[in-house]
Amino acid sequence: MHDTSAHAVHQHAAPTSFIRKYVFSLDHKVIGKQYYGLALLAVLTGMVLSWLMRLHLGWTDLKIPGLHLLSASGAPGDVMTPEYYLQLMTMHGTIMVFFVLTTAPFAAFGNYFLPIQVGAEDMPFPRFNMMSFWVTFTAFLVLISSFFFGDGPTLAGWTQYAPLSAVGAVAGPGQGTGEVLWASSIAIFCVGQLLGSLNFITTTLDMRTKGMSLWRLPLTAWGWFITSVMGLTAFAVLMPACILLILDHVAGTSFFVASNLVLNDQLQPHSGGSTLLWQHLFWFFGHPEVYIAIVPGMGVVSHILVANMRRPMLSHRVIVYSMGALAVLSYMVYGHHMFVSGMNPFSSLVFSFPTLVITIPSTILVLIWIGSLYGSKLRINTASLFALGFISMFISGGVSGFFLAQPSIDIMLHATYFVVGHFHLVMAVAAIFGIFAGTYFWYPKVTGRMMNETLGKIHFWLTFVGAYCIFMPFHYLGIAGNVRRYQAFVDDYLVRLIPLHRFITVAALCTGAVQLIFLYNLFYSRFRGEEAPLNPWQATSLEWSTPSSPPPFDNFGGRHVVVYHDPYQYGIEGSTDDYVMQDSPAQIQSVRDEK
Amino acid sequence: MATTVDKPADLEQRDDHLRRTAHSGNGGGRDLVPADGSLRAVQDHSPAASTGIWVGLTAISMTFAALTSALVVRKGASTDWQHFTLPSVLYLDTCILLGSSVTLELSRRYFARSLAGLRAGLADSARWLYLTLLMGVVFVSGQYVAWLQLRHQGLYLSTNPSSSFFYVLTAAHALHVLGGLGGLVLVTYRLSRSRLRRSTLDIASRYWHFMDVLWIYLFLLLWFKM
Repeated sequence: MHDTSAHAVHQHAAPTSFIRKYVFSLDHKVIGKQYYGLALLAVLTGMVLSWLMRLHLGWTDLKIPGLHLLSASGAPGDVMTPEYYLQLMTMHGTIMVFFVLTTAPFAAFGNYFLPIQVGAEDMPFPRFNMMSFWVTFTAFLVLISSFFFGDGPTLAGWTQYAPLSAVGAVAGPGQGTGEVLWASSIAIFCVGQLLGSLNFITTTLDMRTKGMSLWRLPLTAWGWFITSVMGLTAFAVLMPACILLILDHVAGTSFFVASNLVLNDQLQPHSGGSTLLWQHLFWFFGHPEVYIAIVPGMGVVSHILVANMRRPMLSHRVIVYSMGALAVLSYMVYGHHMFVSGMNPFSSLVFSFPTLVITIPSTILVLIWIGSLYGSKLRINTASLFALGFISMFISGGVSGFFLAQPSIDIMLHATYFVVGHFHLVMAVAAIFGIFAGTYFWYPKVTGRMMNETLGKIHFWLTFVGAYCIFMPFHYLGIAGNVRRYQAFVDDYLVRLIPLHRFITVAALCTGAVQLIFLYNLFYSRFRGEEAPLNPWQATSLEWSTPSSPPPFDNFGGRHVVVYHDPYQYGIEGSTDDYVMQDSPAQIQSVRDEK
Repeated sequence: MATTVDKPADLEQRDDHLRRTAHSGNGGGRDLVPADGSLRAVQDHSPAASTGIWVGLTAISMTFAALTSALVVRKGASTDWQHFTLPSVLYLDTCILLGSSVTLELSRRYFARSLAGLRAGLADSARWLYLTLLMGVVFVSGQYVAWLQLRHQGLYLSTNPSSSFFYVLTAAHALHVLGGLGGLVLVTYRLSRSRLRRSTLDIASRYWHFMDVLWIYLFLLLWFKM
């Protein structure tokens, strides 16, 4: 019954040479794996940096063997200087936000599965797609190179507030060459993500196969589509902002540096610039970036839960509308990062309102997930556990957002560990749980082998407990007045908090070590894992309709896929199985959540 | 949650239905091979490229919107904004860029005629295309002359925020025009090899006209703010 008309419009022929097949590949699946590899490399780097920071926070005078090899001036005698702590912190934040939380859930999974889930043989602009990865990889190299040039990477934090970021070497170590490398890296990164977003949007709009109407897209595809629209509009703003920042550095312009600024007894040769201008431009990107990190995870988690609940979500459409609402509102709330920046207090009220409103779609999503789970016979496997973990982290981190959304409370909590705990849970750990869930779920499709479930469950429980041990105490620290970005605690009231910091450090080291279980599982299963059936989770979307795992070069082996059903046809009465694939022409009692 | 009966029985009937009800783009009704098997017709129908150019133009618009808001905020942030007279060559340059849009449209019209079977159309199309390319090069050169004129007035990139924004905006636009010129060179090459698809020319034209509109916007912005 399948339409077997040949694929006439191949974007490109299957490559044969090693370089074209694995390095400069045009195949979206290879590019997706390349992005995943980059994210893995980046997350390991970022995690090691966080370990170094945590060790320093717990035991300020601790000698970390070999640290001087990374920077002789930043760690004389293997003891970290205050400035070097800030440099490592900046790199930790930058690497994690840009090269992990953006690349893995969006670029890696999206590249691999979006074309397959819409029934296409590839993305419409494969060359742009290839460039997208290599440009992003170049950005990573440029960023990492700042460790080895001059006096190391910038110390201005991942938000790079002016004037610290804009005045040059006089502001401290890394603020010369390191700063320019940071801004160049991020500008290059923006180009890569713009090329990627272009492909994602056009793939979703124009590459859908016959029968794949927009409402038949799985929730993952919706997540990636909405994210790509955010990426397109947000990175297009950050890029010129970075260029202006570079010009302030190298060309002596005064976009972000005010008049009469004296640093280290030197009057700065700038005039009239606006420090708030950088914050406006940065956060116009920065807040959507939070959703760029989390919305793909929302799609992935919904997708995985549905397959394991064996029934659709309470409302497919409301999930899509909520993710869309998050995207739209994300541009209207960015000013809540600037409540104490000195901007007009009336602006704080204006930004506070949509910030409180954005909790509505977030809450709707959580209620739909929990309501759908209620009474379901959820299959417990590592992927579904991590999906549940995502919801848990999203709720825990989201609740603290209610407090921060109100300017009067934010005045006290701003720039404390409360904020650090909030965004790590709601954005970072939740997104990472989404990445883990996606990895365990799609691994059989990508490699043809199963990951070890026992190891996976151990990995989940230890990570779940560990993440809470690390990030819940951050909230208490913040309420106690512990300011963030301090490299040591010497004030009377802060000294008493050091034991809690040491507990967090131990928890961070242990939780980091637990990730070795994941790495072992990831690589061991690739070669020795149990061979995976074509559709191990009895799922319905098109990635499980490919003729092999991993899918062939053109995804469907020359078959022109036709879609007949909504994406989540589970619990079908009268069917031999309890599910029907999207491309099955079988006449069924369709499960629909909307008419 | 309602349970309804889906009726996908007849494939042909269903496909017709899908074609009629496709919400957007090509989804729900993509034909890979037309009934007559003509691949050229399929390849010339490239909705992804058409959508892609709009998506790209959206990103470019966002970049210039960001720079515009930066200009407005920076101008209001301090009293150091120095007004200056725009280089006179910009007026001529504006006319040249506007003219290049006209010549490109003429090229497109003749190309359409050539597709309709008129042999002369192809040569005329190429002629207008060469002229468009030339005008594009003259425009970018004109921008360079404008920068020289500004330097002559003693206004450099870092002299004043007004001159900083002038250089940044005009350079960003010129870079995008250079990208458009690259696209037109590709179009010209394909035309000379008789391998040009109408959709390619349409998309290149859309980009070029956008550069035109963008320049008018920037010119007015600079006129009022400088």
